[in-house]
Amino acid sequence: MKLAHKDLLRLATVGSVDDGKSTLIGRILVDTRQLFDDQLDAVAAASEKRGVGDLDLSFVTDGLRAEREQGITIDVAYRYATTPSRKFIIADCPGHVQYTRNMATGASTADLALVVLNVAHGLKEQSRRHLVIAALLGVRTIVVAVNKMDEVNWSESAYRSIVDEVETLAHELGFEHVTCIPVSALLGDNVVESSTNTPWYEGPTVLSALETSDAGSWTTTNHGARLPIQWVLRQPGGGRTYAGMLNGATLSVGDVVTLLPANIETTVKGVHAGSGAIERATTGLSIDVDLVAETDAGRGDLITTAPLPKVTKDFTATLCWFGENSLKVGQRLRLKHTTRVTPVRVTELSGVVDVATLHTDEASSLSTNEIGIVRLQTADPIVVDDYLDNRVTGSFVLIDDVTNATVAAGMVGRASFL
Amino acid sequence: MRTDAVQTHFMTDHLDLLESHAIFILREVVAECERPVLLFSGGKDSAVLLHLATKAFAPQHLPFPVMHIDTGQNFPEVLEYRDRAAKKAGARLIVAKVQDSIDEGKVADPGPLGLRNRLQTVTLLDAINEHNFDAAFGGARRDEDKARAKERILSFRDAFGQWDPRQQRPELWQLYQGKVNTGEHLRAFPLSDWTELDVWQYIEREEMELPSIYFAHERDVVLRDNMWLAVGPFVRPDANEKIERLKVRFRTVGDANCTGAVLSNASTLAAIIDEVALANVSERGATRADDRFSETAMEDRKREGYF
Repeated sequence: MKLAHKDLLRLATVGSVDDGKSTLIGRILVDTRQLFDDQLDAVAAASEKRGVGDLDLSFVTDGLRAEREQGITIDVAYRYATTPSRKFIIADCPGHVQYTRNMATGASTADLALVVLNVAHGLKEQSRRHLVIAALLGVRTIVVAVNKMDEVNWSESAYRSIVDEVETLAHELGFEHVTCIPVSALLGDNVVESSTNTPWYEGPTVLSALETSDAGSWTTTNHGARLPIQWVLRQPGGGRTYAGMLNGATLSVGDVVTLLPANIETTVKGVHAGSGAIERATTGLSIDVDLVAETDAGRGDLITTAPLPKVTKDFTATLCWFGENSLKVGQRLRLKHTTRVTPVRVTELSGVVDVATLHTDEASSLSTNEIGIVRLQTADPIVVDDYLDNRVTGSFVLIDDVTNATVAAGMVGRASFL
Repeated sequence: MRTDAVQTHFMTDHLDLLESHAIFILREVVAECERPVLLFSGGKDSAVLLHLATKAFAPQHLPFPVMHIDTGQNFPEVLEYRDRAAKKAGARLIVAKVQDSIDEGKVADPGPLGLRNRLQTVTLLDAINEHNFDAAFGGARRDEDKARAKERILSFRDAFGQWDPRQQRPELWQLYQGKVNTGEHLRAFPLSDWTELDVWQYIEREEMELPSIYFAHERDVVLRDNMWLAVGPFVRPDANEKIERLKVRFRTVGDANCTGAVLSNASTLAAIIDEVALANVSERGATRADDRFSETAMEDRKREGYF
């Protein structure tokens, strides 16, 4: 059997606790027959044991003991699905505010956010927070499952009212593609099969929206090539090549490149990938390259093509703060950006985002799960693009010096809606 | 300088992207950690991992040793393959034996036929301490089990080797950060996003060798707890059990007394890929007794420090 080549869509679920994200994913996986018999049996047995009916679909992804006991999702579950038209990597994210850091983990690599809302509850603050974070992380396409339609007797007006609210917010946040769908994840209406309960709705099912979405992979942009050097490989005979994962644009033998931050212009002499020497590397490939100029380039430096990124030690960024203690001006941390780790100091806190209004308010500190605009000063120069232009060179994390915990997700620049 | 022929390579498929991601993770961990090790059982997943590691650092030698936690209840074909594959990769092989942990009184002796799967955790954590490893690469995949589906690519372990699923570090984008304090360590899973089918397709594409027990062969087996176990030194059928000679293969490789065979005629990689694509039972469900003890068997073992 020759297995057909299929493209891959990475999606993350987004929305507040108890609105049915895990149940929806369970429903999609069961109705498209992604589960093995023994896995389905295990979900059925766990459902019976916990007295939650024949088949609690949320148990398909809520696999931890504590998750099943409490009926909530604590951390992201990754599931893999293949339908006749596409491969999917699904990150089922937690909705609870306490686990916002885990939601951001799941959404940071997503091309598309599958937003799940409870039709009876309107757009809750936590749902808004998740939508803001998804927008900040650069997700441009959302599929909105307006869930629990069975509990409002399939009311079109209830559906319309929440859709109006979502569309207004989605417009403000700059999402480019928004598809809203009335569903019952519990009963399966409009998830994989079209529902007869919603004759007033003529759009796609959730599955069909996911299968036909053209949410592209973010690593492909029309900006310059960026190769953050991970490791220097010494070649027999004394030469060296520079290894890393390429992003931003292709890189070919003969391309003129600039090594940053040293600012040395040279030419690509050879490109090598897992299978041997190649003429041109595409984005997302781990490669190693040979340069014409002899340099002392090393880990943390970048090989780039025009338009060139900025070399800076002082920049503005948007932060999602996950630390248990508040972030304060003057605080010192470590910053990991591409393959460079450097000490960093917060020199200014320009504001904290009110997720209800999207206004930026003045503040003297940033509490757990708050989003803020900061100015940072690094010890070593880093090579950055605006996050909107490049997800790799525009992103960084902040690390606590003592515990080594990751305490913030950072994006270079300020989102257009803030 | 390189002399190999230049080939054009404009299109990438999903195996190229999985390979690239895994190589990226291998290089990040080696760059950020002081003393990594690659856990190598001779199974298909760790074989793919070792293959990727040699690619990630070629033409240099592997910048870390490989380590096998040897329960003493292995299939001989797998041990033979382990030694051969490590040698071919030019890797230094460390073998940490569960028998030594038993002899030193660190774990109770389950008897000559008893299950040693869970005891491996003690041997593994002791070996990590003894060699001061701060990162251990493993071939675990998220599609294998519901607890593994929850685990980060770089998974933090405290000074007791424990995994705390409620306190995982956020892992944003591909910014893997590997710093730990003395006594703590990381588990790194470069194959996290691979499925069983991806692994087999990659093995076929790369024309990799594997232990012979993965391919269909005739063997004396006995049906126990609904699993076909290979009759041998660790599985001795009693009077009520019927020995049958059947054509089987192994879908996973673990201890001989808790890894079931599946009835199969698949004797080539192409035939195995067809079989896996159509399977209606998961690989661990079909073959691993160690996952059947309770609803959260894998989570419980992982919390203690298991692979």
